[in-house]
Amino acid sequence: MASVAASVAAAGPKVLVAGKAAGTVLRSQMPINFLGTVDSQTGVINDPHHDLHGKSIRDVILVFPSGAGSSVGAYTIYAIKSGSVAPRAMICQRPDLTVATGCAVAGIPLIIVDKNQSVESDSILKSLQTGAQAAVDTSMPRGSIITIRGDCSSHDAAKA
Amino acid sequence: MNLTRSEEAALAGEEGEVMQIAYRILVATGEATDAERLIPIQWAHLSGVNYNTIGAAGREFLADLSSRGARVRVRTTLNPMGYDVDGADRHGLADEFVSGQESIADSYRIMGVAPSFSCIPYEIFGMPEAGSQVAFAESNAAIYANSIAGARTNKESAFSALASALTGKSPYSALRRDAEEASATRVRMKMQDPDELTYGMLGYFAGKAAGTESQVDISGIKASDMDMRQCKAVCGGMGTSGTCAKFRMVGADHDNDDDVRGSKPENVDFDRDAVRQVRDELDTAENGDIITLGSPQLGLWEMGDLVERLRGRSFKKRCLVFCPRAAKEQASAPQYRYVQALEAAGCEVMADCCTCLSPLVESDSIDAVTTNSIKGAFYMNKASGVGVELKTLLQILEDETH
Repeated sequence: MASVAASVAAAGPKVLVAGKAAGTVLRSQMPINFLGTVDSQTGVINDPHHDLHGKSIRDVILVFPSGAGSSVGAYTIYAIKSGSVAPRAMICQRPDLTVATGCAVAGIPLIIVDKNQSVESDSILKSLQTGAQAAVDTSMPRGSIITIRGDCSSHDAAKA
Repeated sequence: MNLTRSEEAALAGEEGEVMQIAYRILVATGEATDAERLIPIQWAHLSGVNYNTIGAAGREFLADLSSRGARVRVRTTLNPMGYDVDGADRHGLADEFVSGQESIADSYRIMGVAPSFSCIPYEIFGMPEAGSQVAFAESNAAIYANSIAGARTNKESAFSALASALTGKSPYSALRRDAEEASATRVRMKMQDPDELTYGMLGYFAGKAAGTESQVDISGIKASDMDMRQCKAVCGGMGTSGTCAKFRMVGADHDNDDDVRGSKPENVDFDRDAVRQVRDELDTAENGDIITLGSPQLGLWEMGDLVERLRGRSFKKRCLVFCPRAAKEQASAPQYRYVQALEAAGCEVMADCCTCLSPLVESDSIDAVTTNSIKGAFYMNKASGVGVELKTLLQILEDETH
C-alpha cells in the first residue's frame, strides 16, 4: 500500500473522470450527500445544516472533501446533469464510489486532490477558494491538470 | 488501471453505447479504489429502484439502457421499490409515482434482473461460499457480505453495481484483495446484554468512528453472539452512518492484539455516553403514530419469532411489517401461516418495499414513527421528515399491544 501511496503522491492530482471545463470555484468544507441534500431540479443545496445551504452548484467548479451517504446519490448527479443544473467539474479530496460513478455516467470531469499527496497538491487546494476562476483539462500533463486564475477575495484574504 | 484489449475496445465504444457507459463506470470505480485490473464477480445486487430516490431522470436513464439492449451477464437481484405491488391502489399513491415505479421495474425486468425487491439478498437467497466476489450496492447487504458471510464486495454505488451486472466484472480493490488486514480503529463494545436496538446503535457508532476507512474492528463480542435480527441491525446501522464497508469482530478480549500491520488501532469505546449520542441524534419523538418493523426487511425467521412473541395479542395502533415478497410467500404457506397470524394481530405485511424512503411513511400523513431500526430512524429523520421514537421490539410489544 505504501508504494501505491508514494506513486500517487509523486503524480499529484488524480483523474477519476476525464474531461475539460472552466468556471468559478464553489468550495465546501463538508462532504455532500447528493441524495437528499441537492435539489435535482434546481441544483440548489437544500440541507440547512450544510455550509452551502441555499447556494446553487450549477455551472461551478465544485470543490468539496468527498461524497457521503446513500449509494443512490450517483443517480442524483446524473439527474442534475440531465436537468442542466450540474457543476462543470468536481474536485474532491478523497475518492468515493458514489461521486466517481455519478460523474462517470454524467460526463462531469472529476479530479482528486489530496493535500497530503504533495506540497503541490496542498498549494492547489489552498488556491481553490470560492470565487476563484479555475480550469480543468485532464489531457494536460498531471502537474497542469488544474489551473487557477486567482484574484478572488477569499483567496487573497487567506494569503494575507 | 490496466484493461485487457477487449476491455479497452468496449471502453472505446466498439461493443456499443451501453458497454461503453458500463466500462466508464468501472474505470472510475477502479481509479477511486486504486485497483489495477478487473476481475469476475458472480452476483450483483442493485440499488436505484425506488422512484422516490432516482426520480424521473433515473427512470429515463434505465428505460434508455434497457431499450438499447442492456442485459445483465451475471445473476442480479434488486433492492426494494416504493410500495407493495399488490397494494398500489389502496395506498392512495399519486399516479405519477406508480407509473414511474412501474417503468423502473419494467426496465430492470427487460435487462434480466430478478425482481426480488429486497434489501436482504443474503438472507432470502443465501450467500455463496466464503471468498466469493460479489457486487452489492445496498449498504447493509455489502457489510453483511464482507463481515458475516466472508464474501468480498465494495460498498458499491448504484452505478458501480449496475456496471458489474452488465459486464460481470468489478475492479480488484483493496476490499476484494485483503481478507484479514487489521483496521485503523477498534470500537470496544462496553454495553452488557445488548438487544437489537443497541446492536443497531453499535453499527451506527462504529461506522462513524471508522471515518474514511473502509473497515473497522469491534472487540468485546463475537459474531456468533448475535442472532439474525441483531446481525442485520449492526449492518443496517453501519451502512447509514459512513462509508465503512466491513467490520471484523476480533473477540471478547478488548486488548487482544492481532494487528498484522504492526501498528496499534485507535480505541474508541461504545458505552453509555455513545448510546446517548446516538439517541440524541435519532430518537427524536415521544410517541409514534404508527409502528414500523423492518429496515432491513424482516425474513422468515423474524416473522415467525414475532408471531411467537405476540402470543395472540394485537397491536393498538397501525403496525407496518416490511419483508421481501419471497419471504411473505413463504411465511404465508400452510406450515407457517405467519402472515395470517400477523394480520390477525393488526399488522399490515408489506412486500417489495421498506421503511426507508417509502412514500408510505411520509411527513404529510405521519408525524412520528415508533421503530427498533436505526437504519429506518436515520432515513425517516433525515429524508422523510418524520420524527422517530426508538424502542426495542420487546418494549414495542409490551407498550403497544393488548
